[in-house]
Amino acid sequence: MSKQAESETFDPVDLFPDATEMDLRPGVDKCDKNSNCETVCPVAEVNEDFPGPKFQGPEQWRLTRKGDIEFDESVDKCLNCMRCDTACTNDVPLGQMHNVARANYVDNQMSHASREFLRNKMLANYGTLGKLGSMMPRISNAVFGLGATRWLNEKLLGFPSERSFPDFATQTFRGWWSDRGGDATSAERAREAREARGETGEDKKVAFFHGCYANYHQTEVAKSMVRLYESLGYEIAVPEQSCCGTPMFANGMLEDARGVAEGNVDTFGALVEDGYDLIATCTSCSMALRKEYPELFDIDGVDEVAAHMFDAVEYLRVNEDLEAELAGADVDFPAMTYHAPCHGEVMGVEGIVTELLADVDGVELDDTGDVCCGLAGTYGWKDEKYDDSMEIGAEMFEAFEEAPGEVALTECPMCSAQIEHGTGYEVKHPMQLLETALVES
Amino acid sequence: MAIEDDVLVIGGGIAGLTSAIAAAETGARTRLVTYKQSTLGNASGLVDVLGYAPGDDAPRADPYDALAELPAEHPYSKVGADAVREGLALFDDAVGDDYLGNHSEANALVATHAGSVKPTARYPRSAAPGLVSDDRDMLLVGIDSVTGFDAPMAADHLSAAGVPFDVRGETVRFPKSFPQDADVTRYARALDRDESVDDGTVREVLADRVEAVLEDERRVGFPAVLGDSRHEVVRTELQDRLGVDVFEVPTGPPSLPGLRLEDALYDAAEDAGVRITSGNPIVDYDADGGRVEQVLMDRMGSEVAYEAQQYVLATGGPVGGGIESDRGGVEESIFGLPVEHPDDRYEWFEDDVWGDHAYTEFGVSVDEDLRPVAGEDAQFENLRAAGNVIGGYDFATEKSGSGVSLATGYVAGSEAGELI
Repeated sequence: MSKQAESETFDPVDLFPDATEMDLRPGVDKCDKNSNCETVCPVAEVNEDFPGPKFQGPEQWRLTRKGDIEFDESVDKCLNCMRCDTACTNDVPLGQMHNVARANYVDNQMSHASREFLRNKMLANYGTLGKLGSMMPRISNAVFGLGATRWLNEKLLGFPSERSFPDFATQTFRGWWSDRGGDATSAERAREAREARGETGEDKKVAFFHGCYANYHQTEVAKSMVRLYESLGYEIAVPEQSCCGTPMFANGMLEDARGVAEGNVDTFGALVEDGYDLIATCTSCSMALRKEYPELFDIDGVDEVAAHMFDAVEYLRVNEDLEAELAGADVDFPAMTYHAPCHGEVMGVEGIVTELLADVDGVELDDTGDVCCGLAGTYGWKDEKYDDSMEIGAEMFEAFEEAPGEVALTECPMCSAQIEHGTGYEVKHPMQLLETALVES
Repeated sequence: MAIEDDVLVIGGGIAGLTSAIAAAETGARTRLVTYKQSTLGNASGLVDVLGYAPGDDAPRADPYDALAELPAEHPYSKVGADAVREGLALFDDAVGDDYLGNHSEANALVATHAGSVKPTARYPRSAAPGLVSDDRDMLLVGIDSVTGFDAPMAADHLSAAGVPFDVRGETVRFPKSFPQDADVTRYARALDRDESVDDGTVREVLADRVEAVLEDERRVGFPAVLGDSRHEVVRTELQDRLGVDVFEVPTGPPSLPGLRLEDALYDAAEDAGVRITSGNPIVDYDADGGRVEQVLMDRMGSEVAYEAQQYVLATGGPVGGGIESDRGGVEESIFGLPVEHPDDRYEWFEDDVWGDHAYTEFGVSVDEDLRPVAGEDAQFENLRAAGNVIGGYDFATEKSGSGVSLATGYVAGSEAGELI
């Protein structure tokens, strides 16, 4: 048979037939070991014992295939920033591989009786911890602020005594929302705004994934989002929801994460079917629903949820003529310095804020550049990782010191905690700024 | 609603960056959209225009001489020699003092990590003392744990190539030990910070170890690990300690000279006012009557529209992702532009690894304004192509990759910008 004829009759073999469990082989095969991922890894930069994303992902996957080699314990040092995903020129799903490797390590090799496991489990399930803390916010704040509590936390649980726990808001966002009249009030306010704007807007409906931080701590961010979105004519729904699961992914607790993912996909999937788009003010929350869920879990509706999940700033950028809205704004802000969170970068929302605000009268905005803050969710909350966390953040701290701004701006609540801790800056979320510019002015 | 600009450049490599800077310099509001980090981390950081013309065995001293002999379908033939000069001028402005070679139109000859000699138009300042046209004797220093550079072998190869000086290779131990298979960035960082080690600091001890093997050579070449953010400081200190010139030999990926070039070009694009959006791929487009109306970005399952009056396609070739192939054929990835290729897949390549593969020239055909064509007809009046997405040349054999990107990027970007 001639080569030509052979190629015409060739029947391609399905190399990866319907797998019953996750098969990372297609992704691994794309790695040509160019090591570009390693040049952007913030942990590799400060910790010479960390072998880097290429090893954690494709190489380790190959090594452990036959089952006689265990996962390397260094996998626990990855902070889940996913910068390697952005750097890879071959589309290797490194973040997905790291999540799977961490889960394998934690399930099969880590002692479930260790102090670290217990501490990690607490961090991973921060949603529950936050719920308890916020029931008695003033007492929680007082207790967590005590030197004795911090000492105990460090000695018993391995939380760094250098860090102070974030204050609980005196009222949760959900409490505020329900006092305000819930979804019905929002629909009414949005309708009034649409009338004033001369819009019809049947499709101006968003469901808000507030996550833990905007609910228990940075409630002002969520409230700003509500007032801004409603003023632009959007009805907001705030359904019952769980933690997004980011702290679980980062601590290798994939089964916990699957549980919350199933609940969230169920809730938000139904809203998508009803014509809602989904937004979050925390870039780690939006990344969990739009990238990590579909990468890790085979849940009905997971892809639809991912396709409709937006960062709150990004969503307005895509759906509204924000430049025209902002053209009329004249605001008197103190000079600001913006820090782009790694998870925003991975989703491609980096640059939106600086671009939008660049030409607004009264706004002076600098940028810390392409650096990781080092807190990375739960990573910097671990005693044994505190020094690395601060060393990773050093470049960002320095950028803040050098920038003329007096106020920091970022979308990520954990970056914001690290900025406060390392520089003492007051930190705002872009939603608060946009609210001031578009609603208050 | 779509995100609107005057000129939209798709692709973040040298061609995309050049197009975007050229467009922004005309005053057009310009956006560059790039999916992932560029492939510059895989590149040597050398900027070639034309090292070998088709049929050449010996490197070309003057690349401009050979341009007139190139076939009509070669991108250089479409844009002409002046475009090459303009592209290089834009590059020189963008990178400032970091690069040398602009004093002459002739090619410089740079030693590679394999010990071959590469004709190139612009080279990083850190490579300058290593030029092969210089007749001072040379010592190449390898680092035992850096696998990409075997100095004695490279020295032998250079000698065999008939360089006009004596060259020797020695291997030394790095002052600090790293876990196995450490990346070049770790060595660079230790040198940047001049970390303390047993007998002093990393720079001091490295200089001592090299001094012990240095004879009467007046220049010393290291693999390109001599610092990242402070590489000029590192190289200058080694030079002072050794009392001879020190240079870097470009190495394979991840290549620090390539990454430094990427940083310099992105800084220049930002200075020119280019808006940069990265992280998601452009996957589709809408057109109306021969005009591209908007392009669509895939954002994890949903699509976001980007709209401009003029577009530049700079997505790269088969490696960069701009050209894709399957068992059925070869085409351009976003617009489905035709790519000329043999019908029989077995003719896309040769069995001989170093043979004359057809796939190396796969790319779209363009007219004189760099508009992609099918047959004779431009496919879209407001779409131009730049860089390796254009077919008809084999950059690896010719050593012409950066030059084609600069020349076509300059023409596509400035023409697009001037139409606004």
